[in-house]
Amino acid sequence: MTTEAQAEFAQHVRRYLYVFYALLFGTLATVGASYIPFGNHAINIAVALVIACGKASLVGGFFMHLISERKLIYGLLAFTACFFLGLMFLTVSAFADLPRMTVTH
Amino acid sequence: MDIPYTIEARPDTGLYNAKVGIWIFLASEVMLFGALFSSYILLRVGAPEGYWPRGWLNVPLGTLNTLVLITSSITTVMAWASCKLNQFGRFKVYHACTLLLALVFLCIKSYEYHDKFMHYEIVLKDGRIADGHIVENDPKADHVVIAGRYVQDRLDLYDLEERKAPRHHEEISIPRSQIEKMERYGPWHNTYLALYFTLTGLHALHVIGGAIVIGFLWGPGSKLWETDPERFTNRVEISGLFWHFVDLVWIFLFPVLYLI
Repeated sequence: MTTEAQAEFAQHVRRYLYVFYALLFGTLATVGASYIPFGNHAINIAVALVIACGKASLVGGFFMHLISERKLIYGLLAFTACFFLGLMFLTVSAFADLPRMTVTH
Repeated sequence: MDIPYTIEARPDTGLYNAKVGIWIFLASEVMLFGALFSSYILLRVGAPEGYWPRGWLNVPLGTLNTLVLITSSITTVMAWASCKLNQFGRFKVYHACTLLLALVFLCIKSYEYHDKFMHYEIVLKDGRIADGHIVENDPKADHVVIAGRYVQDRLDLYDLEERKAPRHHEEISIPRSQIEKMERYGPWHNTYLALYFTLTGLHALHVIGGAIVIGFLWGPGSKLWETDPERFTNRVEISGLFWHFVDLVWIFLFPVLYLI
């Protein structure tokens, strides 16, 4: 790696530190938000999952370099996302005939 | 014979082979954890009102473990960056920190597991339920001693947040002759704990696996740096991708199991 390339890479390193601070903040925000009475517990769940998605995006985007990855990896992840959404679709579909009161203990 | 494309990118993919390989593996991991998460959703939605435990886990410890894993993620990425910047000494320091943090994570998790396995629900013959951590359980003794409390209804044990359950517990001595059933808070105790132990146990196995690989690269595997630094840097990147995935899974596990 040339000196110029190393200097440019050092900029990336600084970015990793900012992401790290954001993740620390996100963790504290998740815990803090869980103690806020929003009136409906579903809102607490939604807030926690939105923050978790934000944190996951930071880890995936910057630490795993997905922000500047090759098309092949994006294609692979698109396939994975389709199958994952299919799995969740099946789960949500199952709510319609979920045997109620099956989990009592 | 040399393995092709360990350093230079394959012309058709634009990537070295190991990178494609790790992403395919991570895709399969997404489906593995996805299946477990969907089971969690299905079982939680199917649970009757008030029967889903809340406040059963130690939030400060869970938060600390989250911070530990996030910190290990930055040390991992800095270890890789150090290799890129040709600073092998720094790589060693950063990955030593990663290994130490992995150990801290596993120690905290072990403490939490131990806490659960020492926690008992004791159903008495008069219908009451004694709940708490075991203090004395000598099979030869005619009494069992726990630090806990009595409840009349099992529902009082589920939502510890809403019911503002007392954190202060007193020692209770229970004659064995009065005990109808005595059960630890293990994975067999209820659906929530089965999910908790399955999800966190599988995650902990990933932490152990990742730590073994990182430990190898930090120790004996680091000899490759002397002969083929670029290939070694790629190995560090691949192990780092796996480690970040492990962190990513915990980012979802923590709020799902500890907070909501």
